[in-house]
Amino acid sequence: MADPNQPGGSGRDKVEQPSRRKFLVQAGYAVGGVIVGGALGSLIRPSKKTETAPQTGEGTTAEIKNYNRAPMFFNQEQLGIVSAATERIFPADDAGPGALALGVPFFIDHQLAGEWGFNSREYMSPPFYAGEKVQGYQGRLKRREMFEIGLRELENYSQTKFTKGFAALAPEQQDEVLKAFESDEVKLTTISASGFFKMLRSSTLEGAYSDPLYGGNADMNGWKMRSYPGNQMSYADVIDKDFSVIAPSSLQDHLSAH
Amino acid sequence: MAKTLPKTDVVIVGVGWAGGIIAAELTKSGLNVVGLERGKERKTEDYFMVHDELRYGLRYELMQDLSKDTVTFRSTEKIRALPMRSYGSFLLGEGLGGAGVHWNGQTYRFLPYDFQIRTKTIERYGKSKIPDGMTIQDWGLTYDEMEPYYDKFEKLTGISGEPNPLGGKRSADYPTPPMKKSPALSMFSDAASKLKLHPYMMPSANLSEAYTNPDGISRAACQYCAFCERFGCEYGAKADPVVTVLPVALKTGKFEIRTHSHVRRILHQGGKATGVMYTDVTTGEELVQPADIVVVTSYVFNNVKLMLMSGLGKPYDPASGTGVIGRNYAYQVLKGNAAGFFDDKQFNTYAGAGSLGVTLDDYNGDNFDHTDLKFIHGGSISLSQTGMRPIANNPVPGGTASWGAAFKANSVKYANRFLSVGGQGSCMPFRHHFLDLDPTYKDAYGDPLVRLTFDFEEQDRQLALYLSGKCAEIMKEMGASHIDQLKELGPYEITTYQSTHNTGGVVMGASPDTSAVNTYLQMWDAENVFVVGASAFPHNSGYNPTDTVGALAFRAAEGIFKYRQKGGSLV
Ligand SMILES: Cc1cc2nc3c(=O)[nH]c(=O)nc-3n(C[C@H](O)[C@H](O)[C@H](O)COP(=O)(O)OP(=O)(O)OC[C@H]3O[C@@H](n4cnc5c(N)ncnc54)[C@H](O)[C@@H]3O)c2cc1C
Ligand code: SF4
Repeated sequence: MADPNQPGGSGRDKVEQPSRRKFLVQAGYAVGGVIVGGALGSLIRPSKKTETAPQTGEGTTAEIKNYNRAPMFFNQEQLGIVSAATERIFPADDAGPGALALGVPFFIDHQLAGEWGFNSREYMSPPFYAGEKVQGYQGRLKRREMFEIGLRELENYSQTKFTKGFAALAPEQQDEVLKAFESDEVKLTTISASGFFKMLRSSTLEGAYSDPLYGGNADMNGWKMRSYPGNQMSYADVIDKDFSVIAPSSLQDHLSAH
Repeated sequence: MAKTLPKTDVVIVGVGWAGGIIAAELTKSGLNVVGLERGKERKTEDYFMVHDELRYGLRYELMQDLSKDTVTFRSTEKIRALPMRSYGSFLLGEGLGGAGVHWNGQTYRFLPYDFQIRTKTIERYGKSKIPDGMTIQDWGLTYDEMEPYYDKFEKLTGISGEPNPLGGKRSADYPTPPMKKSPALSMFSDAASKLKLHPYMMPSANLSEAYTNPDGISRAACQYCAFCERFGCEYGAKADPVVTVLPVALKTGKFEIRTHSHVRRILHQGGKATGVMYTDVTTGEELVQPADIVVVTSYVFNNVKLMLMSGLGKPYDPASGTGVIGRNYAYQVLKGNAAGFFDDKQFNTYAGAGSLGVTLDDYNGDNFDHTDLKFIHGGSISLSQTGMRPIANNPVPGGTASWGAAFKANSVKYANRFLSVGGQGSCMPFRHHFLDLDPTYKDAYGDPLVRLTFDFEEQDRQLALYLSGKCAEIMKEMGASHIDQLKELGPYEITTYQSTHNTGGVVMGASPDTSAVNTYLQMWDAENVFVVGASAFPHNSGYNPTDTVGALAFRAAEGIFKYRQKGGSLV
């Protein structure tokens, strides 16, 4: 285990170097190249019509190509909308990276491609009736279908209201659209707008903080931001001590520990 | 036609804590036992990659596959019950060890008051204290009679703890000393002591030190790894059936475990069971396992389902209040909490253990005067440090938006500056809270799902508010900069996790009119059938249930052995 009191421990990033992250905020959601990586960086590059902060170019020295990273489920337009929306839900700020830089869009994409997207371990047998709120979700649609519909509706609503696609809207406009979904101000016939928003929000947090093996929490930066040590073999030595920062480790580190 | 297998002495349905204890006790006494478990086998090595919040904590890797079987739920008889399609309120165990694999290990004894709740409530407050429709009843045995069985379960599991100053008498100390105390726990203890309350270290099935139990089973000490509840223990430190009772039973050579075996009927003739019918879920084949004695330990919902599907015991009828199977369902009132945000202090709450905590019982049971209160019983109050994993724990002070810049900034700021004091409220049974079979929805084998009819009552609302007020007083004394507390207990909803402390449905007691089993968990209507688990609780106390489940399993095992020798009713 790393020395928890070592000031240079990576968990201290937020305390030691707030300015390193400043540019992320200034760049809004479109943080581009360095952290996000080529594929996504170009996807969410704002269209010429929007005035957003300048892009950090792709292929800068810091970029390491990650061949594990490409969508399994979303098309590029969907990935772009998810990128923009999750970055508003969990934006980059002084404390650290937002959804985009953490790889949340890829996380959600990968989850929808598998078991979770198909609701495979859930009771999906008919008959389907509308229930009381206390009875929980009673729809026949699976998560991947709800996402497809939800993203299309985000797009439709943005077009109707602002005559632009969601990803091209200014951040404040994007917030307005998301709020309209969150509050069910948008009335949809197929799915519940607020139900979709809730799922988008919770999967954003999952992507920010799950083990990096799932495609989010890039380089454990989600964990570092909040001084969370990830996966440790033991806390027996620190449990009765005051708070200390412990450099995080992931399940990949654990793999070699046994 | 189902294939009939060779007969055995005892067949056990469901191999979790209850089934595992009974298997070990009976095989040690020389009986031949077959254990049928619908899930898969499990071992400690399965958990080397277990520190994965997404997979185990949020995708429920270790729990029952709801696509095959779930329950339906409605708040009242007036509305249509609908299936619990995804997990929320409670999480059902499946596989060897059952929910005993992914429990926290908080191991409390119920109070003497619990076992004689009706008598003692009337004695102190008069009959009018019990509101219309509340069907509390004495358990048919006293705390003193339960005590030796509690002691057995605590020695089996090696519980780490110190005596509860307001609890029942103990015949022995806990087998191992309390867990280590974190700074947050000390703050809670100090604040509670200042308020003249009686804090004690939470009794823990995560071991404070290495321990060898009376069966000769040795386990290592807990590492405070913070992945306990919903996870298996990679050290074998947490007491679970797979690392305690099952190896003991297997070593006798008299125990056969058959996994992937979903039991669907208890077969019976002339008031006696002849065996069980089950489906091998890997082949779809139906098989009959004949046995002299049938033990049903498949958790509350399946215990009730098996009784009703097999036509054993009289089904409960809420209209007349007669019948017993499905009666007195109860739960836990868990939302009476106070959340504290500390601007000037950080805690190592990323670390923790399933049962690392401090508890007090000043507001539990009848330890305080209820004369001017609109509820009976109460709840334990604890500060526990089970490990604040980052997806599930993003507390922000009340009034903060739930997403966007302010949410992110606050959730990151308070990630290590948050503590919660929680009330674990008891739950009383009511005439219109019950379990039966759903008329519409079916499981993967074509059998009906169990239907749950339940809601919170005025009793629960009053209790939750009372407890949250007490929690907030302690939190204030602890010096939190900002406190959020429960303002109103809404209706019971099945969507957010509360606890897997479902109780009742096949309750125990002194009379066949108000109970399905006697105090040895033997069915009144079929003397060679024993139904064991929290399904036997006539109400639920202000504690987690498993110490009492374990104790009852020991008592049932004793009863089964006696029955095997002498036959007949044990009471
Ligand atoms: C997340 C979580 C945390 C918990 N924490 C605590 C705690 O801290 N303290 C505490 O006291 N309690 C706790 N509990 C509750 C505790 O786990 C249960 O009280 C205990 O496991 C009950 O044991 P049991 O043997 O009655 O049932 P289970 O452990 O549920 O075992 C029942 C077994 O029966 C099997 N089964 C069911 N139906 C069939 C069938 N038809 N055929 C064959 N097999 C079948 C199941 O697969 C299962 O393996 C917790 C529970 C959960 C889920
Ligand atoms: S907290 Fe302790 S008992 Fe629980 S899983 Fe971790 S090491 Fe095991």
